[in-house]
Amino acid sequence: MSATKSISKKNVQNAKWTNYVESMKYAKYLLFHPFDGFWDLTHEKRGSFAAATTYLVLFLITRVVQLLFTNFQFINAPLQYINIFEQATSLLLPFLILCVANWSMTTLFDGKGRLGDIYIAMCYALVPYTLIQLPLVFVSNIITFDEAAFYTVLMSFSIAWCIFQVFVGLMQVHDYSPSKTLIFIIVTVVGALIIIFLLLVFFSLLGDAASYFISLYREIAFRLY
Amino acid sequence: MTVKVMYRLLALIMTVFMFASMNTAYAVDDAYPSTYTYNYDYWSDIRESPDAYRVADVIYASELQLPVAMKKPQSLYVRNNDIYVADTGNNRIVHIRKEGSTYTLVRVIDSIKGCEVTKLNAPSDVFVDVNDNIYIADTNNGRVVMVDKDLNFIKEFTKPGDATFDQSLSFLPSKIVVDVSGRVFVLATNVNKGLIKFESDGRFTGYIGANKVSYNFVEYVWKTYFMTKAQREQQAAFVPTEYHNIYIDEESFIYATNTVFSEYDLLWDVAQPVRRLNGIGNDILIKNDHYPPIGDLYWVEQSIPLGPSKLYDITVLENDIYVVVDHTRGRIFGYDSQGVMLWAFGTTGTYEGSFSSAVSIEHMGRDLLVLDENGGSITVFTPTEYGNLIYDAIASYLKGDYDGSAALWEDVLKHNANYNMAFIGIGRSLMRKEEYPEAMKYFKMANDRENYGRAFKFYRKVWVEENIGWLILVLAAVLIIPLVLRFTKKMRMEVEMYERDQVHK
Repeated sequence: MSATKSISKKNVQNAKWTNYVESMKYAKYLLFHPFDGFWDLTHEKRGSFAAATTYLVLFLITRVVQLLFTNFQFINAPLQYINIFEQATSLLLPFLILCVANWSMTTLFDGKGRLGDIYIAMCYALVPYTLIQLPLVFVSNIITFDEAAFYTVLMSFSIAWCIFQVFVGLMQVHDYSPSKTLIFIIVTVVGALIIIFLLLVFFSLLGDAASYFISLYREIAFRLY
Repeated sequence: MTVKVMYRLLALIMTVFMFASMNTAYAVDDAYPSTYTYNYDYWSDIRESPDAYRVADVIYASELQLPVAMKKPQSLYVRNNDIYVADTGNNRIVHIRKEGSTYTLVRVIDSIKGCEVTKLNAPSDVFVDVNDNIYIADTNNGRVVMVDKDLNFIKEFTKPGDATFDQSLSFLPSKIVVDVSGRVFVLATNVNKGLIKFESDGRFTGYIGANKVSYNFVEYVWKTYFMTKAQREQQAAFVPTEYHNIYIDEESFIYATNTVFSEYDLLWDVAQPVRRLNGIGNDILIKNDHYPPIGDLYWVEQSIPLGPSKLYDITVLENDIYVVVDHTRGRIFGYDSQGVMLWAFGTTGTYEGSFSSAVSIEHMGRDLLVLDENGGSITVFTPTEYGNLIYDAIASYLKGDYDGSAALWEDVLKHNANYNMAFIGIGRSLMRKEEYPEAMKYFKMANDRENYGRAFKFYRKVWVEENIGWLILVLAAVLIIPLVLRFTKKMRMEVEMYERDQVHK
């Protein structure tokens, strides 16, 4: 009994692992078949949260590696002031806020994607960035300032590719037309700004409330002594 | 559980906002200098620096045995050891001579000989040529007058009778320079077409170096499409601005400063407050630094917004090093021929080495003389050992003595380890000695990417030549191993096929 149970458990684990590897591999298909790929990614469940998160983490790692190991000639970062965790969160937070903003807008205008779908699609859309820029960090260490054209072209290409992937991803996830997608990208940015504004207001009020109670406590403490 | 996750997320966001606010606090801290002399580093942050100049003497009228103190003096001129001060408010020119280390009064010029109007009236500038002929911008008499060294009238340059000069305006020359062939360039109040040029025989021959008309887009659209005609006439037209001061260097290039511009044009180098004009009036000043030569980069001091530096005067030393004086904060900025800031020092105030209203600057060798309009005084600065080292290093580099220059830069670094130019100078010398990794280290410290790239290119070449064997080996391995693998696989397949065929038979 116990043996069969452990075997089935193992099987489940194996299935999970295979599923993870499969969904990781799916990114390769997505790179060159974005229209097909993004449709299947969420509607046919070809992607997974685990794989998506892995790609997001890889993206953040790429960013940090870039800051630390790009050759001095190609990066103009004030390393004495840079905090890598701060850099990573400063990318992660807008990313998450934009996902939430996109979901909260599209869900009102018959977008088919759920929050999870949007998250998965957006994470997969970041793959070209990692794929090109991570090797470029190495390349930057063997080319010189004069040969920078090669480097910058690839840089901009990776970003353009990413933008394209994001666009197609959102289009397929929500089953929108291209023009509607474009409009909703703009709306998403506005939504994100509103979210940030609300967060700021919330925290400043929270800070005020906290300082009120602290001063109240102090007042009482001083009176009692 | 979701509550817990949300709480964590909020905590994370909060930390980020905290970090953000910390960073801004850091930036504000750096916005004004804490020492008398300072410089800007690659990041445009202020770096403390040892003094490049110290006050050697402050010359007052009383010290020169002059009964009347100087009143609103406007300009200084130095030729060899003679100092001429245009003491505008007293209608006179004070001639001072440096003997040894003391300054003595030679004479007071308040009138000239041999012409109709002999009394000077509010002279605001003076120029002396190589033959000791004196040119005086006799402002309120509406003329530039040329006299010999005994003050005998030679000739005068008066209001141009030309149609291009608005005849309803009076001619008020405020600054003058004279080139080697005796051409006179005059900066006159109310004339915005550039410098007025007179030939040596007194003929007016036009204007050079007019400022471009500056206006912003919004202003233009508003004015052309939304204002009524009456409103438009009420407003001032878009006119080019006047220069504030001029200086002529040994190669007869005119340096001009400009103090009228909109503030934010400065950092994008649209305003160009310092210019070097060639013969046809084009600006040929070299700007190779990360920021243009505009004086101070931060305009708020102790939370008081003072506005950008107003560069009231300029003087050019040996090797095209130019020094400008800022009226706003009483500061003096030195730049080399590439537009790289050498040092900045000075402040406003009433003690030695500070100015209440600095209006003019001149140099005598490496000494700097600054005229204070309100104090009626001339402050003489002499370079310190550190200041001299910088000059020497630049001079020997330009002479082609790169190693000597590097040695001097090493000495500069002993005084000031934040001096970017020194790192670049040493790096260049090391690159010439083919010590590329060392050179790269120095260029990296100076944030000089271009030179780093050059050194790196040579270094890479040397490295590849040294390790060519290994490189070929690795390359060959990468190419050949897959080929071999494929070949063996193919062979094995064929053998298998053959064996299978044999079995089937």
